[in-house]
Amino acid sequence: MSLQASEVEKIAHLARLAIDPADIPVYTRNLSNIIDLVAQLQAVDTGGVKPMAHPLEMAARLRPDVVTETNQRDKFLSLAPQAAAGLYLVPKVIE
Amino acid sequence: MHTKTLAELSRALHKREFSSAELTRAYLARIERHNGALNCYITVTAEQALEQARAADAALAAGRAGPLTGIPIAQKDIFCTDGVKTSCGSRMLDNFIAPYNATVIERFNQAGMVMLGKTNMDEFAMGSSNETSFYGPVKNPWDMNAVPGGSSGGSAAAVAARLAPAATGTDTGGSIRQPAALCNLTGLKPTYGRVSRYGMIAFASSLDQGGPMARTAEDCALLLQAMAGFDARDSTSVERAVPDYAATLDAPLAGLRIGLPKEYFGEGLDGQVAQAVDAAVKAYQKLGAVLKEISLPNTHLAVPVYYVIAPAECSSNLSRFDGVRFGYRCADPKDIEDLYKRSRSEGFGAEVKRRIMIGTYALSAGYYDAYYLKAQQVRRLITDDFKRAFADVDVIMGPASPTVAFNLGEKVDDPVTMYLSDIYTIAVNLAGLPGMSIPAGFVGKRPVGLQVIGNYFDEARLLNVAHQYQKVTDWHTRAPAGFE
Repeated sequence: MSLQASEVEKIAHLARLAIDPADIPVYTRNLSNIIDLVAQLQAVDTGGVKPMAHPLEMAARLRPDVVTETNQRDKFLSLAPQAAAGLYLVPKVIE
Repeated sequence: MHTKTLAELSRALHKREFSSAELTRAYLARIERHNGALNCYITVTAEQALEQARAADAALAAGRAGPLTGIPIAQKDIFCTDGVKTSCGSRMLDNFIAPYNATVIERFNQAGMVMLGKTNMDEFAMGSSNETSFYGPVKNPWDMNAVPGGSSGGSAAAVAARLAPAATGTDTGGSIRQPAALCNLTGLKPTYGRVSRYGMIAFASSLDQGGPMARTAEDCALLLQAMAGFDARDSTSVERAVPDYAATLDAPLAGLRIGLPKEYFGEGLDGQVAQAVDAAVKAYQKLGAVLKEISLPNTHLAVPVYYVIAPAECSSNLSRFDGVRFGYRCADPKDIEDLYKRSRSEGFGAEVKRRIMIGTYALSAGYYDAYYLKAQQVRRLITDDFKRAFADVDVIMGPASPTVAFNLGEKVDDPVTMYLSDIYTIAVNLAGLPGMSIPAGFVGKRPVGLQVIGNYFDEARLLNVAHQYQKVTDWHTRAPAGFE
């Protein structure tokens, strides 16, 4: 297998995912299979090939720097799991 | 009424043979009757639909109606719909009522269309069978033991079962074309940038593109006419005039140069699917087209490239789901990290988590060059293959899927095998080209799709090529048993 269980645990942490320890072997196997699938790219000669980040090679458009959105704070806050006094609420971050 | 195509419904509404309200009620009744077995709608918006239908009838009576006025449509649940739940097939967004409309929804509203509801899909459009949905799998109306394909599986099943005359889909690696193929529909993935992505929940932003799914090319032409066009709110939307797609449907195909990539007819392609595709290509020869064998030598690298680039973009796009601003939040988080981790782990399903982790790995320090940069370089090689081919041919044809619909549960435990079901569609997204799937026969009860790939912004030609085939064949007119 191309990935170790410890690497999968590290990736899960980087992705802010909590994977049940009992599921780690299954994730390790599935992710290793995917990494093996993409490993064939390593054999391709790509010397001098410019990376292609985007299909249309377009440049970002510019627009005048003016306000185009209306304030919809209350509408957006109504979607939050927890909000009060115009703020999103989360567990205490700073002791 | 449900036996008519979208174009036929349009003519009937304008002749006042029936009203949009009657038509809408007929579809709502069919949904009521069949959705339990098929599971193709996540949300049915009956009340709003009847309201839109009444407004459409008023427009028709006042002579203010366009070709799509009063026609019902099903929207993939990836498009934000103001005031209506927009789940993207995920527990993460099970409680999400979109606060605005996607541009695609806005355009269909302006055209006077009637939204019947939101269709089931693979979670965050990640899947090829509709089995990764939080809302359960969708059944294929042609064979209830088979998957409808994915990720736009609910849209495909809804149109195939005549629970909507048309639907929207999105296609990141085949998610319009493969389910269209597996459900005997006509589906079009436009050129990247042709249809606005504003309000379309992002999976892989350099690959995602919305498009129509319907019974005929003529129907897709009418739908694309409304969907396509520049949108300042999508930074990758292309400023380019939209042609009249219906105007060129009847152009003759004499002299059309069709490229047949030898890599699309090799190992891995089911023999009976190959026979159906060969027969379709022969029908084109009879219409005056000229066949040419071509080579797209990097075809075998498309799936590996895709499974670096799409997960990389997905891991970035889905980092917004943090349990803070909207969407699912875990119960009793003990601190902020616990809130992030458990909200994401409980809110996302297994396939989404796998892809986030692959993307995180490919983008992490020490691996970026070996995976992400390498994949971007090979992406260019794949794109250059197409550019070379289109110097000599007008369209490229081949199968949309290597097999007909597979059985429910057959590939669900083996991600890599599932990924290979998109082997003929993925390269088209990597290059940003337009592609279609059109009905081309059956293997037993299960449909076969012919894929037609066009050059950049050549949707009009794809629709013309598909329409001419549909004038001399009747595959697209067939309805699944029990849903006629």
